[in-house]
This record gives sequence, structure tokens and C-alpha cells, in this order.
Amino acid sequence: MFRDKAIETLSSEGLQKLQIERLQQTLKRAQSVPFYRERCKEIGIAPHDIQTYDDVRKLPFTTKKDLQEGYPFGFLAVPMSEVVRIHTTSGTTGKPTVVAYTAEDLESWSELIARNLTMAGMTSDDIFQNMVNYGMFTGGLGFHYGSEKIGAVTIPSATGNTHRQIEMLSDFGVTAIHCTPSYAMRIVEVVEEMGMSLPKLKYGLFGAEPWSEAVRAELEKRLGVEAFDSYGMSELFGPGVAFECPEHDGLHIWHDAYYVEIIDPKTGENLPPGVRGELVVTPLLKYAMPLLRYRTGDITMLMPEPCPCGRGMRIARLTGRTDDMLIIRGINVFPSQIEHIVMQIPGVGDQFMVTIERVNHLDEMSISVEITDDVFNGELDQLTKLQSRLVDELKERLELRTTIRLVERGSLPRFEGKAKRVIDLREGM
Amino acid sequence: MKNNAYLIKQISIFSENKPGKLAHVAKVFQDANVNMMSFSIAEAEGFGVIRALVDKPEMAFSSLSKKGIHVAYTDVIAVRMKNQPGGLYEVAAALAEAAVNIEYSYAFAGCHQATLILRVDDIDAAIDIIQKSGAYVLKPEELLCPCE
Ligand SMILES: [Zn+2]
Repeated sequence: MFRDKAIETLSSEGLQKLQIERLQQTLKRAQSVPFYRERCKEIGIAPHDIQTYDDVRKLPFTTKKDLQEGYPFGFLAVPMSEVVRIHTTSGTTGKPTVVAYTAEDLESWSELIARNLTMAGMTSDDIFQNMVNYGMFTGGLGFHYGSEKIGAVTIPSATGNTHRQIEMLSDFGVTAIHCTPSYAMRIVEVVEEMGMSLPKLKYGLFGAEPWSEAVRAELEKRLGVEAFDSYGMSELFGPGVAFECPEHDGLHIWHDAYYVEIIDPKTGENLPPGVRGELVVTPLLKYAMPLLRYRTGDITMLMPEPCPCGRGMRIARLTGRTDDMLIIRGINVFPSQIEHIVMQIPGVGDQFMVTIERVNHLDEMSISVEITDDVFNGELDQLTKLQSRLVDELKERLELRTTIRLVERGSLPRFEGKAKRVIDLREGM
Repeated sequence: MKNNAYLIKQISIFSENKPGKLAHVAKVFQDANVNMMSFSIAEAEGFGVIRALVDKPEMAFSSLSKKGIHVAYTDVIAVRMKNQPGGLYEVAAALAEAAVNIEYSYAFAGCHQATLILRVDDIDAAIDIIQKSGAYVLKPEELLCPCE
């Protein structure tokens, strides 16, 4: 279902005209921020200089670090009297980043969320339980306002007290939920422990952390929902920036509200559709805090094919952060890509470890993978086949030759929290 | 399979190529009071498979499994070679003629006569053919050396 079919399916000249217009307006608004005024002056660029998409590449990037240095209100483009809300992002290091909203900002943001919910199939007949943090985190209020906008019954249950959450899900006949995929797994477990079922539940909207197709299958089966991936970040309003349509093949990133580029995180060069790199976003409808070419640090790609649903630009599901990127023989590789390729091959256990060395001035990548019990049938053959299948798949998908070491289950290190699966021995070169 | 009585359970063990691996397996056998009568190692890139004949295959299997070592049973046959030239040739030729493939073989240093361990793709047919060729196929209990 469409909320605004004309805008959602806008394409070619119409889209370009709208985006260029809004890029110019954004650049104009950004001139009220000293940081941007100075940068644009240095480069010698003014709003009317943006006439084509190529012109956007002349604009300066904005990084998370820039925003942190502007703490608290250095990036405000409007007087404080026009600001109606402030959120902060939970920075893992250093000071938080402040994000501010005017009334128009909140209106645009909740409209985008409403569009996402409608795209998923939700209507005013739905009962929506919003099981995310309602504090400074943008996920709570963002979805709350969007859900009210489509007229759904909105339950601000926030986080915590899983039994109480489940009681509400059941007693109120909740049809749609929003939470992190890991909390959804927790709900599933407790529901099953309690010997309950939630037959009314139809939609599961999951975001705020990366989750795999395996988790999707699990959640859809055990929770009885259609699962939708949601992407966003506070600097770009919050959640709702991009969302899956019922095709579940990439996320539509709303082209009337965000101008999207994919760049090589090392060189800053733009990358074509189909190639993974860092997502760079210029929001087109932000008033309180306009941003130019914001480097999200998230890794994705533009999907080269149009979506059968008729909507515009899609990005692939997120596969990692730029901080994790490896460069091997000049090729950008993300540990999450390796994980994705390796783990889907039958016979591979749930642990792997990547080692990168420099041998005769060449980068050599070797990957140790644990084998499963059932793949070993006593013959060498089965294992050499597994080994060459891994080498072939990695070669095809990463364009890199790797050495595969098959190791016993239990022999690789286990991690609590964030796994460190890469050992780079090239340091100091 | 009609020739069940002749099937010998070889213990096949996944082994990373790293020092001390065989010693580790030997230690597990020793602790479980399993006697290794013969073994051979097949190697690939970075790993291999240790093929062992033991007196107590079930005990060997479970004690290795418990240590987290990948282990599997492989059915093989044991052929006592005639102590005369051409003994091996006759067996191999008979199998080849019947299109039975020998995947691998290794000698078993029994205490009396040279014994050949064979892994073939059609074990039932192989037993018939070898017996017809006049060679003697051992039953598992005949592998154990009576001297011990
Ligand atoms: Zn679509």
C-alpha cells in the first residue's frame, strides 16, 4: 500500500528536479551554520552552483566527529525559539551528538514513518506495540508519532518487563510490534516458555541493530509475523530513513527526503550501484540541523535494479561499519561479507577467523573455519570439496584468492559481545 | 548387505596438520584402553584424515567424540595375502575386472601374514570377488593378534 504514491514512485526528471531543488534549499539553510559557511566559502560554492547530481560531489562531507565538536548546539541552523525537541545519540565513545528538531522536522519525520508503516501494510485497524526506548533514543517517539499518524492504536510500552509486554500483546490483541531483533527473540523465547501464542500478531518491524536472514526466518516462523527491516539514525531524524517494502529485497530510502551516495570510505570517491561502500546521506527536509553529505559509517550499496513495487531507490540491508573495513590487495572487504559467504555453506560451523599477512609484499588472507560434525564422513574427499567450495565462493564474491583452513569444532576462540574475527599481521608496514 | 560378517570398522579421524595431533589421538586411545593395531594418514591441504584400526572401535569412537574430535566409522575389508608373488595382483585384477574401485589401501602389519586393508566403492561385491579369487577375507575378530 502507498501513502503518497506520486512521491514514492517519482522517477527520472521529476525526481531529479525535486532533489536538486531541495539540495539547493538545504545548502542555503546550511549557510546559517558557521561550520558549513566556512567550508562552502573555502570551496567557493553557493546554492545555485548545484545544478546536477555531479555538482553534489563538490560539497564537503560531514562526519560524526564534526558533529561532536559542535556540541551542544554548534550545528543549529535556526534560532532556539524554533526548536521544539532535542534528542541525543548514544555515542559509543566521547560526547553524545545532539540532534534538534523544528515543528516541520517532526512533521516530516513522522510522515516518513507513517509511509513505512503503510508500505508494510498497516492501517488504522492495527494495534501497534512500540517496544523500544522512549527516552533520548529516537526509536520510541519516532515510531510513536508515525503510528498515530496512520490512526493505529499505539501502545507506548517501551522496554523492560517482558512478561508484562507479552500480557499486553495478548490481552490487547496487538497486530504489530516494533523492537530490536534481539528483543524479539527474547519475546519469542518467553512466549514459548509460557506456553502461549500470539495469533493476532501480523507485522514485526525490526531495527537499530543488524540482523541476518536466518534471524528473519526464525522470527517469522516462531512469532508468526512478516518481518520488516528498518534503518535510520538520529542524525537523519531517527528511524524510518529506509524501510523494506513487502518484496523484502533491500530497503527503500526515501528519495524526497534523502539524497544518497555510496562512497569508497578511504578515497571518498563515489561508487556505482551494485558496489558496497559507505552510505553518505544529505537530508533534504531538515530545518533545525541541515547536514551536507553526512558520512553514516554504515556499509551498504545501491541496488542496481528497480523494485517490482514501483518505488524508488533501494539500499541493500546493512552489512557492517566502515570501522571494520579491511583492504586486501586493494580490495575493500568487510568481515560481515566474509561471514555472510562462509556461514551459508553447509558443513561450516558457527565460528571462523580471518588472518591477513603480507607474504613477499602481497597480502594473503587465510580463513580458518570450524567444520560441523555431520560434514565429516570419514573421507578426505568430502572435506576437500568443502574447502574448494569455500575458496570458489570467496573468489567469486570478493574477487580474492583465500586459503581455507578447516579446523575442529571448538578450536577457534569464542567471543562474548562483539566478536574480533580478524587478525591483521600487516601492521607497521 | 549379505557379507556383514566381514565388515571391519575403521576409525577415521579428522586432523588438522599440526604437531602433536597423532600423539593426542594416541593418548585418548591409551586412556580408554584402546589398542591401535594399524594406522595410516591421508593428507590434503592443511588437514588430513587419520585412519586407524583398533581393537575396540565403539570405545575409540566415543572417547574421541567426547574430546570434541571429529570421528567417523568407515567400513573396510581386510585381505590376507598369499605368501607368494602376485597375490596382490590377483586381488586387484579381479576387482578391476568387476569394475569395483579401490579408493585406498594400506598394509596391516599382522603378526602372522601380510594383510591388506581395502576401502572400495562396492564392499559387498568386493568381498565375493576376493573370496572367489582364492584370497582370504578376514572377519573383525580375526584381526586381533592371538599372541597378545
Ligand atoms: Zn519495493
